[in-house]
Amino acid sequence: MPHKVGIVATGQTKHTAKRTDINLRELITEAVTRALDDAGLRMSDIDAVMLGNMEPFEGFMLPELWSVEGWGGLGKPAMKFNTGGTVGTSTAIAAYYFVASGIYDTILAVGFEKQSEGHTQTAITTVGDPLWERTMMAGAIGNFAVMASTYVHESGVTEEHAAKIAVKSRRNACNNEYAHLQMPNLTVEEVLASPYLAYPVRRLDFCPQSDGACAMVLATESKAKKLAPQPAWIKAVATAHEQQYMGDSPRRLADMRSQRAASQRVYKACGISDPVRDLDVAEIYEVATYAELAMYENLGFCAPGQSGKLIDQGVTTMSGQLPVNPSGGVLATNCIGATAMIRVAEAALQIMGKAGKRQVPGANLALATGYGGNAWTDALILGRE
Amino acid sequence: MSEKTKNPAAGKKAEGLRVPWLLSVEYEYAAGHFATRFFQELRDNGRIWGVRCPGCQRVYIPPRPVCGICAGKTGEWVEVGDEGVIVGCTVVNVPFIDPMTGEQRPIPYGFAIIRLDGASTALYHFLEETDPKKLGVGKRVKAVFRPERKGTLLDIKHFRLLD
Repeated sequence: MPHKVGIVATGQTKHTAKRTDINLRELITEAVTRALDDAGLRMSDIDAVMLGNMEPFEGFMLPELWSVEGWGGLGKPAMKFNTGGTVGTSTAIAAYYFVASGIYDTILAVGFEKQSEGHTQTAITTVGDPLWERTMMAGAIGNFAVMASTYVHESGVTEEHAAKIAVKSRRNACNNEYAHLQMPNLTVEEVLASPYLAYPVRRLDFCPQSDGACAMVLATESKAKKLAPQPAWIKAVATAHEQQYMGDSPRRLADMRSQRAASQRVYKACGISDPVRDLDVAEIYEVATYAELAMYENLGFCAPGQSGKLIDQGVTTMSGQLPVNPSGGVLATNCIGATAMIRVAEAALQIMGKAGKRQVPGANLALATGYGGNAWTDALILGRE
Repeated sequence: MSEKTKNPAAGKKAEGLRVPWLLSVEYEYAAGHFATRFFQELRDNGRIWGVRCPGCQRVYIPPRPVCGICAGKTGEWVEVGDEGVIVGCTVVNVPFIDPMTGEQRPIPYGFAIIRLDGASTALYHFLEETDPKKLGVGKRVKAVFRPERKGTLLDIKHFRLLD
């Protein structure tokens, strides 16, 4: 049996398009310092560090070496994870494994990315096999646009449904002091007037490129109870992978195998049969509005073809039955190596009752997901007990 | 913080120094047995081949040694059509540096996931058409081969709408 593991503290930078005032190490230091302060710990209290970053974006080899003083790692056990969009959840899950297994008591997990220092779409395009897909790919935007076209065709969701997701995200982000894109007055009409990046995905249907870092402290049950009045207990974790090529599962967004598998696994572990009823809040990894709509189906929030209705009825808004991404989500902030960890940290803040203006009252059970690589999914359930 | 240890830059708002770095390197990848045969056939005979999994009978393009679903060896080569159906498509308007060339990729361009007749999986390729209103999931397309072929996926110039 795994030991019980709690998230006891989080720290984030103010995510933004360009942090030209500081370097990568200083960016990491900001998030780490905030997490340690939140826990009332010093670096000497940390047994091991898990790091997450995507090296091709900044063009650093071994960013953990470059930044070792930023995360206080000298002489400590450490590992780095590099799994695409799921980096942050992979890193958090690895930290969970080490505490749950009893190997370490207190672990610092850090995800970071300074996208302004490199070429995001070019780096992402190298995900594609150079013989086959790299020639046509246009970063994440092109891939998601192709997937979205299939999903639109099969589900009947409209541009208006997608625009409503864009508005929900950027308005929710106004309640999150760390979010990058905060647009309190954004309207559906403005989203529909934004140009196509790649049909059917418009500029405001897609996430921004952000600089940011996120850190969390995870601890064993006895330590967690001392460090936080209400830890966010990790109830279940799952990761699920996909086949290599985009065309291997052509209904990739419409029928996301990895997301269905990972979510069903954590739901089963927690006895969740109706996620909209049983969960109180979800922080999901949606890089595009159409992805969020498709994920409503794949995560079991609605029946096939009903995702448009879900947003029309406001089920996933702050006042709905299952608020999705109170933080603004990835559509408001995407600092890739940190992004999936931000989903976990935001879910943890909800469970700890520390989410401020974006708090879902009485949040008892939360879902966090990561999505990336070639359509891999990570999922975690956090709870108050 | 005492006077002595005070940061001399404190209070002064300075733009951080930035250091440019240009990466220009060439890579050369081995295609492997399966892709080598695929591209030789494409170059020499203008024909497109996949491999069938004896377990689930899926015909894979790109061809590969192992079926991920059955976790078993594939093997039998199967010729597929040069026509197929669009499974997903887009027209890219966003500029970016093409890692294949180091130059900005010309935009707009259309590309799609295309399931060739006789194949189970689908292939990324360029579309001739760049008007999204004329494209659509389910439309049929045909490969346009280049007269001079070099043994790359671009021996097919693009796919043309049939309807």
